[in-house]
Amino acid sequence: MTVHQISVFIENKSGTLIRILDLFKSSGIQLIASTISDTVDYGIYRIICSEPMRAIEVLKNAGISAEVSEVFAITLDNYPGRAADALRLISNDGICISYLYSFMLSGKGILIFRTDRPEATVKVIEANHMESLSDDSLLSLV
Amino acid sequence: MYLHPQYELLSRSELEYLQQERLQATLKQCMNSSFYRERFRKCGLSVSDIKTPEDITKLPFTTKQDLRDNYPFGLSCVPLDKVVRLHSSSGTTGTPTVILHTARDLEEWAKAVARCLYMVGLRSGDIFQNSSGYGMFTGGLGFQYGAEHLGMLTVPAAAGNTRRQIKFITDFGTTALHAIPSYAGRLYEVMVEMGLDPRRDTSLRTLIIGAEPHSEEQRRRIESMLGVKAYNSFGMSEMCGPGVAFECTEQNGLHIWEDYYIVEILNPETLEPVAEGEVGELVLTTINREAMPLLRYRTRDLTRFLPGECPCGRKHRRLDRMKGRSDDMMILKGVNIFPVQIETVLMQFEELGNDYLITLTNEQANDLMTVEVELKEFTDNYPKLQSLTREITSRLKDEILITPQVRLVPKGTLPQSEGKAVRVKDLRKTLI
Repeated sequence: MTVHQISVFIENKSGTLIRILDLFKSSGIQLIASTISDTVDYGIYRIICSEPMRAIEVLKNAGISAEVSEVFAITLDNYPGRAADALRLISNDGICISYLYSFMLSGKGILIFRTDRPEATVKVIEANHMESLSDDSLLSLV
Repeated sequence: MYLHPQYELLSRSELEYLQQERLQATLKQCMNSSFYRERFRKCGLSVSDIKTPEDITKLPFTTKQDLRDNYPFGLSCVPLDKVVRLHSSSGTTGTPTVILHTARDLEEWAKAVARCLYMVGLRSGDIFQNSSGYGMFTGGLGFQYGAEHLGMLTVPAAAGNTRRQIKFITDFGTTALHAIPSYAGRLYEVMVEMGLDPRRDTSLRTLIIGAEPHSEEQRRRIESMLGVKAYNSFGMSEMCGPGVAFECTEQNGLHIWEDYYIVEILNPETLEPVAEGEVGELVLTTINREAMPLLRYRTRDLTRFLPGECPCGRKHRRLDRMKGRSDDMMILKGVNIFPVQIETVLMQFEELGNDYLITLTNEQANDLMTVEVELKEFTDNYPKLQSLTREITSRLKDEILITPQVRLVPKGTLPQSEGKAVRVKDLRKTLI
């Protein structure tokens, strides 16, 4: 199972994030998690939100370059070392993580990530009975 | 096929005879102005020294600076009460320049533009929309009068307001449009946003493009986007405006009207003629103008004569598409680079949009070129973006011999003017 993530291609310029967040605000879309890094090459702002399919429409209608894609979202019990254990299972299989970010929701740790081999990743998740979220199950935690 | 067969179909020797006659008349006309009288006196020249079009090399050049120095009426060769129109450059780079026209000049200008439009198949019955700025900018009134002279229903839509422009195209059934190339691309984008398919939802068949250097790839792309045939137009306000040179239906070079102009292509450094077929600066002498003839005017536009004859039957020589201007040439690390070279490379990538910006900077005497280009469809796929960037960089390196820094940017973030698009920003400081 996967969740939908919005990726926005943004300029490295003051005010560009506000423009996107204001669009979410006026459309009543709630931000659940988001991440951006300071790479100079491409500004990619990744967002997990309520109603991702509507969010992408809102952005595109405003003429903003954005894409929706599927990423893994797994929940972890809240104790030290849990993330290390989970990721070890994935990396033991030789799978590479393209990017990852994490946050806490209702007392649970949530890891959002993409890998270079999605099918193999699904198998690892299933074989190890990890709790993988969908858009709806993620939203129910908010 | 020919609006003025009596001029368009002249043989080379007939053309040269006509040029000689008209040059004589022009020189006599020039002697009405104190500017030219003084020029001739300084060079120890008299009108009778110039007998053939080849003798033109004895004449001194006229430059934009001369127009500025004699602003506004110093080059007038007729009394001011014979002048019915003036056009002026914007003067953003200094004193503006002024070009004066008599009623006959306007008539001849309209005929030249009409000849161009007829040449690409436009006729009375066509609906011609002009998205040039009107007012002082000659692309507005120049095309207006030419298109009306031909009997077309002419829509002076003027520049900007893209959605209104598109509404006119669909409501009036516009069949022919004049637009600068970057704006034609913009029109297409907005049509798509509005849910329109230009091929299905408009009657556009002919597009006239000019005023902005562009590559053959860009023309082909615009043609397929809008479902039109696009013809190159060349003109400049000093030579009236549009109607100086124009492509015929062969779409291979622009016929320059040699019954209006004596044409030279010179090395901009030595001011000697370039070898046959080589690129140089276009230098024009008007031979069909009353109010303000210009002798050996240095246009700063770089081009070359296309060798051979055109299958269309006209003997008026063909200019290759403009290679840029002698003053928009960039010199980077000692290498001469034209923006159009970079554009040609960028347009070969389907992933890229139409807008780009070249920025030149320097750090410790090291010139750096940054090329920002719009990504048409964004994808959150880092390796793919990286390999695209690398591919563009290496293709640019092959073309311009230096390695630019390439940056992909989101659509709509580059400065986009509704006039001429800004393509080059030179931020290099003088390093002492």
